[in-house]
Amino acid sequence: MSLLEIKNLRAAVEGHEILKGVNLTINPGEVHSIMGPNGSGKSTLAQVLARRDTFEVTGGEILYNGKDLLRMKPEEAACEGVFLAFQYPVEIPGIGNAYFLRSAINAIRKYRGEDEMDAMDFLPLFRENLKLLEMDEKLMNRSVNEGFSGGEKKRNEILQMAMLQPKLAILDETDSGLDIDALKIVARGVNALRGPERSMLVITHYQRLLNYIVPDFVHVLVDGQIARSGGPELARELEETGYGWAEPATQQALPA
Amino acid sequence: MATTAKLQNYFEAFNEMEARGEASEPVWLHQLRSEGWASFSANGFPTVRDEDWRFTSLAPLTRTPFRRATAADDLIPGIEALHLSGAACRLVFVNGRFAPGLSATGNLPAGLQVSSLVQALGDKTGGAEQHLGRYVNLRRDAFAALNTALWEDGAYIRIRRGARIEQPVHLLFLSTTGGAPTMTHPRTLIVAEPASQAVIVEDYVSSGNGAAFSNSVTELVAAGDAIVSHYLVERENYDSFNVSTLRIEQARGANVSSHSILLGGGLVRNNVHPVLNGPGAECLINGLFVGAGRQHLDNYMLVEHASPNGSSRQFYNGILDQQARGVFHGRIVVHKDAQKTDAKQTNRNLLLSDDARIDTKPQLEIRADDVKCTHGATIGRIEDEPLFYLRSRGLDERSARNLLLYAFAAECLDRMMEQPARDFVEELIQKRLREIANAEQQASPSSQEARADASPEEVA
Repeated sequence: MSLLEIKNLRAAVEGHEILKGVNLTINPGEVHSIMGPNGSGKSTLAQVLARRDTFEVTGGEILYNGKDLLRMKPEEAACEGVFLAFQYPVEIPGIGNAYFLRSAINAIRKYRGEDEMDAMDFLPLFRENLKLLEMDEKLMNRSVNEGFSGGEKKRNEILQMAMLQPKLAILDETDSGLDIDALKIVARGVNALRGPERSMLVITHYQRLLNYIVPDFVHVLVDGQIARSGGPELARELEETGYGWAEPATQQALPA
Repeated sequence: MATTAKLQNYFEAFNEMEARGEASEPVWLHQLRSEGWASFSANGFPTVRDEDWRFTSLAPLTRTPFRRATAADDLIPGIEALHLSGAACRLVFVNGRFAPGLSATGNLPAGLQVSSLVQALGDKTGGAEQHLGRYVNLRRDAFAALNTALWEDGAYIRIRRGARIEQPVHLLFLSTTGGAPTMTHPRTLIVAEPASQAVIVEDYVSSGNGAAFSNSVTELVAAGDAIVSHYLVERENYDSFNVSTLRIEQARGANVSSHSILLGGGLVRNNVHPVLNGPGAECLINGLFVGAGRQHLDNYMLVEHASPNGSSRQFYNGILDQQARGVFHGRIVVHKDAQKTDAKQTNRNLLLSDDARIDTKPQLEIRADDVKCTHGATIGRIEDEPLFYLRSRGLDERSARNLLLYAFAAECLDRMMEQPARDFVEELIQKRLREIANAEQQASPSSQEARADASPEEVA
């Protein structure tokens, strides 16, 4: 059975339709990449999958692990194993990183009917993942993302992903704002989490990230629909040709 | 307007105090009371036409016929739950009277002297006499005048020169409510001698439902280089009226922190009035007020810089839900000689409902020319972005809201440096915030829908 099955998904924000019939199937263990020009609906798709209610789903369905994802609240989707690495991670002054992470882990465990994780079990795991992402433990005593650099915020997203062990990880433009060293660290963190039990949807504007996280499938989203699909070679092709072929859409729409 | 019908009960109470005092109190104290009464009876209670009371109507207070509380016995069931564990000592006052049986004043750390104020005034060597009533302004402040006329007891705390007392002194003021509305006027005097250090927690609690009126005055005298932290905890029931006045007098280099935590009470007015009366004095005015239902929480800060090189910091955070109302009035007065003053004021508010309301008003009066004064206020709601971020990590909406409320409150908690006082206060704040988050959840329509989703068999 596939892990994620998106069928003819349509979504709008403030009456403006952004996703215009997206079809996508992801099987367990697969890494898919969605590329596309700005404004094509990549981030909207990510947010709908994470169940953000600012987007109104106007048609279609999403089956996740055989369940109706569109009926889930954000926390239910998270507890069912959906994880979104944010394009713009949110700063939350007053809540410590470590405390936040442990609360999240325990909320998910509680949902699954498992025992809470105590500090004794949490700390070694936490330290191991901090090391993987080359993050300073001192940073973790600070508030969530507060005063973090752009790179630190993105690494923190992957750290959370490593701690929460999702079934479906959605990476929304995780490469934006990263220098090459930070990009390598993030990619290493992501690759360490690849496995037969985990699927990934890597959203990016540039091919660069896909040199380090090599996807099984690449899809190009244009104007709210998947225009092309292929293997990793499609990403390289796009690097050379750009999205020019996809962009005159507005011109075509003009009366001749 | 002198003794109108509304003031009749207070007049009777004053007569009772007079009759009792003439026999037992020294002349100077008797005169002080008379002065207080003369001022109060001449001016009566302030009204909303008074600029300092613009946002707070005292009508519900003035129309309630409060009487002096009758003596309560020393047996309060469950009082242990109110204790601050790890305190140096505990003085309990039931309906304004010292309850030695409920207090714990043995084994005091060296340099700490505590007693009831009545006991302290009986002891000529104690030093209470030279300070009591010296700092509050009876003519300008009706509630301080009323307290001065009617106080029956309170705490006296003296920290000897150079003594550093790390454990907090817990002052527990308990109103036993339930019968006819009662009033108490607790009076506290804190004298921190040069280079001494102490933490005082003033804690107002009601035992039972029903209205009571606490009108407390605390004079805190910090001598040169003394370091004092004062905590005010208001956790009375929601029918209560609480007016508290903290008057701080700071000498050269004295460092005083005032932390106000207003969680309970129906109509609350929190007056904090430090006077930096020596060069290089520093003061931190930190507060958190959390209101729901029809609570009205009014914070009136008056920070007076009367000497050069002083610094003051005011930080107040408010969380208001349902029809609660909050007021933050932050007045900074820099006197002519107080050059190089550095004064800062910030008031941040979180409104959780459309009916909640905050009035925030900075007021700067600067008569010196070389000073740094800033102020700022914000009013906001729980934002969507952080809420979604937390939920996307698995926290349910209620927990996520609760965590965000806590984070907002934590800004104030982080300025409270003394343990175990901080933990004590944190626990009370968390409890109150959970109540608020739970009430929020019940009121929100989306959650009702969610409940229906979660248990379809109930619906069927």
